[in-house]
Amino acid sequence: MADREKGTPEGPPVGRRALLGMLGLGAAGLAAAPTLQRGWDSFLAAASQEDPTGLSALLPNPGGFRYYSVVGSVPHRSEADYTLRITGLVRKPMTLRLPDLRAMPQTRVVHDVQCTDGWRVPNTPFAGVKLSDLLDEAGVRPQGKALRFTCFDGAYSENLTLEQARRPDMLVALQMQDKPISHAHGGPVRLYAAPMYFYKSAKWLSGISVTDEVVPGYWEERGYDIDGWLDGADKNSGGQG
Amino acid sequence: MTSTAGSTEPTRTPAGRAEVPDRIRRFSRAERLVHRSTGLLMLLCVASAACLYLGPLAQLVGRRYLVVTVHEWSGIALPLPFLLGLLSPDFRADLRRLNRFAPYDRQWLRAARRRLNSVRDRPAGKFNAGQKIYAGWIAGAVLVMMFTGLLMWFMGLLPSISRTSAIFVHDFLAWALVGVLAGHVRKAYQDPGTAPGMRTGFVSRGWAKRHHPRWVDELDELARLDAPGAPAAPAPRPPSDPGAPGRRDTFGDAQPRA
Repeated sequence: MADREKGTPEGPPVGRRALLGMLGLGAAGLAAAPTLQRGWDSFLAAASQEDPTGLSALLPNPGGFRYYSVVGSVPHRSEADYTLRITGLVRKPMTLRLPDLRAMPQTRVVHDVQCTDGWRVPNTPFAGVKLSDLLDEAGVRPQGKALRFTCFDGAYSENLTLEQARRPDMLVALQMQDKPISHAHGGPVRLYAAPMYFYKSAKWLSGISVTDEVVPGYWEERGYDIDGWLDGADKNSGGQG
Repeated sequence: MTSTAGSTEPTRTPAGRAEVPDRIRRFSRAERLVHRSTGLLMLLCVASAACLYLGPLAQLVGRRYLVVTVHEWSGIALPLPFLLGLLSPDFRADLRRLNRFAPYDRQWLRAARRRLNSVRDRPAGKFNAGQKIYAGWIAGAVLVMMFTGLLMWFMGLLPSISRTSAIFVHDFLAWALVGVLAGHVRKAYQDPGTAPGMRTGFVSRGWAKRHHPRWVDELDELARLDAPGAPAAPAPRPPSDPGAPGRRDTFGDAQPRA
């Protein structure tokens, strides 16, 4: 069947060149990413300022939040039925409602929100009750070493060491961007751990339990760092409070 | 004598001259399996990506860990059908055709740039120049997506590349891929004969003449050389005349014959 050899194609290997070209472009993109990203971020910041369509949120790394939830649907909690329970190694277990939280001293923290998935929302104000104030109120027993946070989505959990939790930039947040936190953003109450990656800031917070050791949270059981410090976070001081 | 590339049944004209039949085999079962499973994995990959990336879909679907797992594994599995396909000689032969650029492929590209769409302006072998570039590009793009995806999956795999950089490339290339894939699907449904070609493996002679004239010439020549007592030089083919007795089977344009 030598005739069939007639069909053997000849000519420049353009397919292979397209493949290798794309690989080269990918490598160049990785090398130039830090520079390109800075330019892209500033372009996005400008674009989202005057974007009535909201389409800029679809662009890679949009200058806004993305919705994350680990369950199918999250129940809504309102003024009427929201409670935050503080339990575990405390002298005075507490069940707090929204008015109770609002009655406590409020602290406002402005910090960049940074997700492990690359998106970042600069200078975002959060306001609420400092974790350390809540811990003082409940009275941590001497055996208490860490906090475990649970959520009313029924699945998510997080943790902080007691030392981390006592920083002045660790909040039980009631407000984000000076508005009550919406359901999509983890409202009515979420954790805000300013110096750490955003997965540490558990949404839909419903329970704080003082434990004698660190219990890995939802993503930490799936490979994430137990301590989600941001690069360059000042791990010793208390942030700007 | 069914070995003629692209034929299922021997087709002889009463004069004894072999012709490529109306239904031409374009893709073997192995090739269609490769295409179907790659397409399915790609669909899973893109759909799960959308559920992770697009706010309203993310709110609707949630279950982030499950969706992440589907995305990761469908992405990792994406090259497997291709690798298994390498066992098939038909698949390897078509890869060689996709790789090599014939002189007329440049003409096809020029015509495409000028939006000239007639058969005369757009000569093509079994694959046209656009398909050749698409195949090479998407193979490279999938490899880049896999590499950057693995960097995100296994944090600290290559400490010299930050996760943010990997995500940056992954996100941008994802949008490029979605655009190119949309073009691929649109092209497949532009002519009603195209998608069935991949689904059934067969195309009509008319379709092949319209889109891949040089391939039909090639098949005709092979058919002639394979036919016993074939003339040394190919005789000029009679003009297409669907009404002529005895010729309907070989020249009927796009007659559906399941």
